[in-house]
Formats: sequence, structure tokens, C-alpha cells
Amino acid sequence: MIATINPQEEPYEKEKKERYGLIPMAPKPRTTLFIQCLVDTVWPHVAEAMVGVLEGLGLELDCPTDQTCCGQPAFNSGFRREARVAARRFIEIFEKSGTIVSPSGSCVYMVRHHYAELFKDEPKWRARAQRIAARTYEFSEFLVDVLKVEDLGASYPGRVTYHDSCHLLRGIRVKEQPRRLLRKVAGLELVEMKNSDYCCGFGGAFAVKYPDISAAMVNDKVDHVVNSGADTVVGCDTGCLLNIAGAVSRRGLSIKTMHIAEILAHRR
Amino acid sequence: MSDISTEKYIEEARRGIANPVLQKALVGLQDRFGRGTAEAYRRLPEGPDLRIKAHEIREKAIANLDVLLEILADKIRANGGHLYFAETAQEAVDYGLAVARRNNVRLVVKGKSMVSEEIGLNPALEAAGIEVVETDLGEYIIQLAGEKPSHIIAPAVHKNRHDIADLFVQKLGIRRTTDPPELTHAARKALRAKFLAADMGTSGVNMACAETGHITTVSNEGNIRMATTMPRVHVAFMGMERIVARLDEYEIILRLLCRGAAAQTMGTYASYIGGPRRPGESDGPDEFHLVVIDNGRSRILADPQFREMLYCVRCAACLNVCPVYGKIGGHSYGFAYSGPVGAVVTPLLTGINRAKDLCQGETLCGACRDACSMNIDLPRMLLALREKLAYGDAAWQVKPASRAEGLAYRGWSWLIRNRRLYELGLKLAATGQKLLPHRKGMLRRLPPPVQGWTQSRDLHPLAEETFMERWRRTRKS
Repeated sequence: MIATINPQEEPYEKEKKERYGLIPMAPKPRTTLFIQCLVDTVWPHVAEAMVGVLEGLGLELDCPTDQTCCGQPAFNSGFRREARVAARRFIEIFEKSGTIVSPSGSCVYMVRHHYAELFKDEPKWRARAQRIAARTYEFSEFLVDVLKVEDLGASYPGRVTYHDSCHLLRGIRVKEQPRRLLRKVAGLELVEMKNSDYCCGFGGAFAVKYPDISAAMVNDKVDHVVNSGADTVVGCDTGCLLNIAGAVSRRGLSIKTMHIAEILAHRR
Repeated sequence: MSDISTEKYIEEARRGIANPVLQKALVGLQDRFGRGTAEAYRRLPEGPDLRIKAHEIREKAIANLDVLLEILADKIRANGGHLYFAETAQEAVDYGLAVARRNNVRLVVKGKSMVSEEIGLNPALEAAGIEVVETDLGEYIIQLAGEKPSHIIAPAVHKNRHDIADLFVQKLGIRRTTDPPELTHAARKALRAKFLAADMGTSGVNMACAETGHITTVSNEGNIRMATTMPRVHVAFMGMERIVARLDEYEIILRLLCRGAAAQTMGTYASYIGGPRRPGESDGPDEFHLVVIDNGRSRILADPQFREMLYCVRCAACLNVCPVYGKIGGHSYGFAYSGPVGAVVTPLLTGINRAKDLCQGETLCGACRDACSMNIDLPRMLLALREKLAYGDAAWQVKPASRAEGLAYRGWSWLIRNRRLYELGLKLAATGQKLLPHRKGMLRRLPPPVQGWTQSRDLHPLAEETFMERWRRTRKS
């Protein structure tokens, strides 16, 4: 079963905490951090921000610090044996965890969708993977669909446009959740860019193997961000964001590239 | 088989990206048809899930393909038509040529057909001294220009009206105009003469129906209807997978095909053809031939991982949403089929190693899966192709594409098994990156084999301390 916080109870708990400084009496279900390797190694501040938001909601977090990678890079390049090594290790590490939350739609898609494909000939591993997948959530999805929270009391002064990451949008069908969270941020004006649902051209090894095509795609994405009039582009996947930030930097633009957790953790 | 240049993917992609006319055309195409098709699915009376039903219909048809084709063959023959099963492209072309020779054909008018591009029909007919005229406006334009189609449905999408004006002045001797209706009229006038003089018409097949024993061709210009009814002989070419069992299923497929192809509820002309003209009928050819082409499809059928590819009806909806196709255009794919469908079917038909860049040169964004009128999971098959390229595959005669990459992933799989070792590797890399050129905290140039990243973008460097290290340092007390 998926461990969830009682949706009716949560806003009241939050109110108690905010208005009266009370610490909720009932023990919260355990929440386990599944940190994408890119966040862990390149943008750890994204994970810090996510931790801030989740602890701000009174959740108790744990983090298996021996985690490394879910196996997606190898899987996407066709190296399934190597991907299985990573996937088995992931399963062993997260098997005893609580509800799993990750700041990456792509990694969640890997666990939810591709592990089944990866272990199609190994029913025992497949079943173990499915049990974990059933309690693994992407961060914005977890907030809106599981915790039923949209207003986190965040404040961010700026015009923000949201980039739909491919695996988050078309893999696990999360589209409105991040937008709903962003609309509740004080001072934030959300504007839509053209083709927000188009791939930014990251694609993992694709960006390195096919740099011309990748560059053409990310430059289109940056053009759309600029044309939207936004000063900040926000996403839920650090792969895309590193790609967009890299192109923004090379073009010498002043657009800020941020993970949604950073916005939600932002206070005046 | 027609020319294959799948190994030039990277080079041709670069050329496509640098072509401003193509870039503008692709934006227009995707803005209009990509969004239009999504809207057309949304407005289906049965709801967008009709695509799931279509997938089931196609799955069932492909599972019973042998029986369905047998039924179709019997009905076509009973109606006085001829049916020929061609195992290879060569056999299909030879059959078409033999029919043409037997009927002393000098001029062939063609309805647009991608399978005829696949088998290389035009060059073979021309080599035999037969004039071939494409009658679809887009196909006619590229035939005059001596080019190849760059889109399955909109073959001349890479040309704008100024290109076409120049072409028509040169080839048709008209007064220069860039007015699309005037240009269309000029083509129509030239084509009308060809229709009236042609001895043989050829077409593709959008879909065949076993129950009724007919094929359907759909067009928006009426040219296929003319090409298949006016000449004495009609030869239709179909990939052997383009069939469904019953008329009610057929109707669903056809409606989705038109939505996928051009965001239309139905194409302007849909012709149902089951044989030659019968006594007393005013229209139709004296001879009708249907050529059912295998050309590698049996091998696809035999592999459960790729069988789903045979559900495809070539509506081209995937091209209209693909962000990669949207930048590189159709010529980059080096074969008749471009875009996401080409990226999967071309390697399967023409060789996986040779087309390795088609398999790997996508981002797996999944837009094609959502756009597919038959709800086919193309990214799944791209991943399966990549697995074959990673390790090699005897059944498909695939060799591992890159030993170096194989070694790299093996090394990676050791590194990620041990967090301490992993962190040690990261520390080394974090130290090493200080030697790389950087500006304002961003890396400007990466060394081989990852230099591609910094070709036109910067990279945020590795953090000094990973999140896990920090968590251990601050939380474990």
C-alpha cells in the first residue's frame, strides 16, 4: 500500500503548526529521499531546498546515503545489463524505505516504468521493483497529489515560465501540479512559453553524441523562454535545467534557471 | 530497394539545421499539424482512447496476417483483379515492370506512395524507358526538382513558394509567380495532360480490408482517384501489414489515419477499390493488380519486440510533433521513412548498424507515442534497438556499435556499486575540472569524449560536496 498522509488532516496540521507553533502529535509516515545523481553531484542545493520544503511540512525524512544512480543513463543507451546492476542495487537500498520522493521526473519514470521492462524476464525482481515503484513520487506530484498541499508560503519576485520535462509530462503525466504550486507563490507571475512541452534537447548521452541537434533544440527552448518575457525558467528535472542553464550561460543571457524546489523554498 | 544513406544522419542533420527555409517550414508544419492532430484526437466522439482500440485492432490484424492476406487475395481475384506477393523490393519492382511491358506502357501516372519510394519503383520504370509522373502536388514538385520526399505526407515541405516559382519557371515554362493558387493551377494544367495520356496508374494503399476485399487510397487532391481510374492499368503497392479484418474496424483506422495525417476528420477523397472495371461500369481500369510487399516485414513480424512496428499506418503524426525531426527535417533519415517512424522502421528494414544514428539520435521524449494514431510505443522500440547496438545481436546481424562505450558503461556499473568508490571518482573529477577553461563559474570546454556538450553550451561544474556527503556530515550525529 502507498503510505500517504491523511489528506483531510494535513492542512489542519499545517495550520496548527503555523498559527500555534504546535508540533503535530501523530507520528508522520516516513519519507525517504531519492536524489537524482545530477542533483547529488552537480546541484545539491536543489536537494537542500526540497528537504527544506518537506521538513517545513513536518515530514520526517531519511536518506540512504549509499544511493548512487537508478540506472537510467545505461538503460537509455541500451546497456541493460549494466542498468540492471544499478536497478538491483536501487531496489535493495530502497526496499525498506518509506514513501520515496525524488526531485526528478525522469528518475521516477525509470523506476515506475522502465524497471518493469528491465526485469521482464525476472519476475521476482520485477515484483520487488513494482512494490517500490508504487510508493515512489516526483516532488511536485508528491506535494499536490499525496500531501494535497499547494501553498507552501513561498515568495519569489519574478516572471517565471515553466518547462515541461518530457518524462515528467509524458512519462508520469504530471503537468498541472508544478503549475499549481507556482501559482500559489507570492509575487510570482507565471507565464507560458511557446512549446513548453517540447524536449529541450538534453536526452542524456544524446547531448554529447549529437551536439548539433541538441544545440538546435536547446537554443529554440531558450528563445521561447526569452520570448515569453520571463526572467526565470523553472523545471522539475535537473537534466533539462543543466542543459538550459548551459545554453543560457553560453549566450550570455541573464535568465535564471531554477528547480521548482528552489522556488518553493524561497522566502522573502 | 531505393537508395539508402542512413549513415549520413549527422551530416545531413547539420545541413538541415543550417537551412533557414527548412527551419521556417518545419516550425509552420509542427505548429499547425502537431497541435491540430492533438486537438482532433481530443474531439473524437469516442474520446482519445479510440487510439487504444485502434492499437488492439492492428494487433489482432497482425496476429492473423497470413489469414487476412489470404482472404484479401481470394476476394481480389474473384473480382477479376490480380494479386502478387513480392518477397523483396526487387520482386515487387519486377512485377510492376512486367505488367507495364505486357501492356506496352509508355507513361505512368503515380499516386503518392511511400512504399514505392521504399522499393525504388520510379528509377526502375525510368530505366526501362517509361515516363513516370508523380501526380501529388508535393511529389510532383520534388520530382521536377530531382529530390526526395522529406515528409511522409507533405513531401515538399522543405520548399517554399519562391523555390517552387523558380522551379516551375524552369521546368514548366510558366510566367514567374509566387501566388500558391496560380502555381497549383500551373501544376494542375501540366498534370491533366499526363492523366489523359497515361497508360498505367500506380498507387499505394492506405489500408486494405479482408472482409470486403478492397483497398483504400486517401488523398486531398483527387489525384490518386484519377491515377487509379483513368489509365487502362492500375497497379497498387502495399506493405503486407496494411490490412485489417473487418469493415467496422477499418472505419476506425481510417478515421484515425486522417486525423493523424492532417488533423482532418476525413481526407477529401477516399477511394475504395476491389478490382478492375466491371462490365457496364463507366470508370476504372481494365486491369487491376495488387502487389503485397514483404521486403523485410516478415522478420519484423517474427520478433515480438518489434512486431508493434507493423501496426503503423504511416500517417506521419509522429513527424509533426518530434522535436528532432522539427530541427533536422526528413532528408537526414536517409530513406523513404523519416521522423520517429523512420528511426525505428528504417533500421529494421535496411540494417541496424548502418542506421545506428537513427536509433541513437533521439531524446526519447515520448511526443511520438502521444501523437501516434495507432498508439504505438516508438520510444520502447528505439530502446530495444539501442540494446541490440550495445551488445550486438545475432538474429538481426548486429555488431556492437562502440567497444569504447561498452567499456565505459561497464566501468560505470562498477563505480555505482560502491558509494565510497563513486565519491572518490567524483572527487578526482571535481579536482580535474579546475584545470578546464571556465568563466563565471561555468565550464567552457570539456575534453573528449564528452566535448560535444560544450560545443555550444556551458556546463555547471560538479559540486565540491555531494548532497549525500553533506547529509552524512550534518545529520548523522
